[in-house]
Amino acid sequence: MDSVFSHTIAAILTIGIISFLYKDNPLYKFCESLFIGVSAGYWFVQQYYANLLPKLFDNLGITKLVGAENAPEGALQALFLEGRLDDNLLYLIAGVLGVMMLLRLSPKIGWIARWPLAFTVGSSAGLYFITYFQSNAMSQLEHTILPLNSFNNLVLIVGTVTGIIYFYFSKEHKGVFGGAAKVGIYFLMITFGASFGYTVMSRMSLLIGRIDFLFGTWLGLVK
Amino acid sequence: MATGKLRNQKKYFTLICLLLFSPTLIAQTESADITTTPPAPVTEVVAFDTPNDAGSSITIRWKKSPDDRPDDSLFAGYKILRAIYPRGEFQQTADAPAGAEETFDNEARDGVEYTYRIRAVRGDLYSDSEASPPAQSKQQWFHTGRINTLIGCLIIGLAILFFINRAKSGKKLYIRKIAGLEAVDEAVGRATEMGRKIFFIPGIQDIYNLQTIAGVIILGRVAKLVAEYDAQLEIPVSRSMVMVACRETVKEAYLNAGRPDAYKEDAIHYLTDEQFGYAAGVDGLIVREKPATIFYQGAFFAESLILAETGNYIGAIQIAGTAMPAQLPFFVAACDYTLIGEELFAASAYLSKEPKLLGSLKGQDVGKVVILLAILIGVIVHSFGLFNFAQLFRVQ
Repeated sequence: MDSVFSHTIAAILTIGIISFLYKDNPLYKFCESLFIGVSAGYWFVQQYYANLLPKLFDNLGITKLVGAENAPEGALQALFLEGRLDDNLLYLIAGVLGVMMLLRLSPKIGWIARWPLAFTVGSSAGLYFITYFQSNAMSQLEHTILPLNSFNNLVLIVGTVTGIIYFYFSKEHKGVFGGAAKVGIYFLMITFGASFGYTVMSRMSLLIGRIDFLFGTWLGLVK
Repeated sequence: MATGKLRNQKKYFTLICLLLFSPTLIAQTESADITTTPPAPVTEVVAFDTPNDAGSSITIRWKKSPDDRPDDSLFAGYKILRAIYPRGEFQQTADAPAGAEETFDNEARDGVEYTYRIRAVRGDLYSDSEASPPAQSKQQWFHTGRINTLIGCLIIGLAILFFINRAKSGKKLYIRKIAGLEAVDEAVGRATEMGRKIFFIPGIQDIYNLQTIAGVIILGRVAKLVAEYDAQLEIPVSRSMVMVACRETVKEAYLNAGRPDAYKEDAIHYLTDEQFGYAAGVDGLIVREKPATIFYQGAFFAESLILAETGNYIGAIQIAGTAMPAQLPFFVAACDYTLIGEELFAASAYLSKEPKLLGSLKGQDVGKVVILLAILIGVIVHSFGLFNFAQLFRVQ
């Protein structure tokens, strides 16, 4: 009985979302609002249990401090009770940055929120620089330097070289250089075409999944 | 006479029996040896700090036991015994399968000297090796297997610094026209004339994603134009941090345009982190608000086509930009202009004319020239079988 009820609800919501294909309508609006509201709430709870609670509150010992049963002792207990500097004390910096971010709610000291933002953007750009350089430059380079002894290798080398030429911004695409860039964009478009077809097929399988749910699981018309 | 015949028959019988059963007897004797004799111990055990790591790891190598053979099904493998040098008690710390000649102790404490014995195990029997010379783990400052990455980063980094200085000194740096960006003014102007909104969708990734950062920089230029034209801008976002960054950027753009009063914080609002919840929400906004222009600039996933098709359906001018290879085909198909891959990053420099961004773009172009030369030289050298040039770019 429970499954019939839940399947019916899921089917109505599915039809509501698909009804957007006809036009915007009250059922779609209801489904959209429900989806956004439920998912926003879900993400808030998920963020709390995946990040705030284990990484900040538990590691610092705030959970223990507020008297939660079975909560582990954290860095604050280590510091004040044992006089020991625990590595987890570093999470305090993240906590302070988080609080600084919330200060933007106050118009007078809202500017403080720029500091944690600058820290996040700067540190992540720096960290990703090496990762991207290794995967997108060094590794690509290693696997493009191939002997010209097969058609596959030729296509790979010409495609990569002309592709790089297309993404060279310091010279206008004219003459031989422009011709090479044009070959590069042809390679890109052929790749996009193949990727388009592949992805459309995978989307069809998603649609088939929903149709199967409606006519099979819910209505029982397809066995 | 009869007795002699009988004797001969007994001799033959004994001989035949010996011939028939001797292999079995030999095998039984060997089997008895295998099950009662411990395996030969491993030799040449050495331990040393695992190179190029963050510490807490010691590499142990040995020469395998002569009894470690594929046809010996009883041979079970090796146990790694560890003791603190010099007088600690040996305790098992890891296992290694038969045939192995190397393993890692990843539970070592940095700065503590350890010694190791390898126990070769066959059935219930075992034999221990001599103890290895002491070794201790420590972390390394440099990963020597990534010197090539360091050189590459230095080349690009120095080129970027050089061009930033050139840009700062007032020298004009040339960047070719990027088709999608030429249309930004036209797209904002069209929305102003029609009296409709401009939507800016900064992708669904958080602010730490470089594409989102590039998208937010482009937003700065779009917002300045919007402020100058007195148009209306709406930015639904899927990440709280992106919302904060967008608000800061748009506020600054309005300030720079001399229209701080026109800035509306509520126009930049959060919907949900959930990918398709966000897509459903933006789709709803698009069909209800009917914006004249939609910008998609940032990192997108499966929602790209859903958004772009809805925008196309209401007849909006759409300018997309992403470096997600799987989503680019959809934007190319459904949008009027698409910034492909690195064009998204170049666009931020092109629009802002900021010396740091321009210098960065030019520096990266130097990197591309180096890569092109490396490919061409490498292919020629490799084709003639002179040298495997590719190995110079292998990252460990």
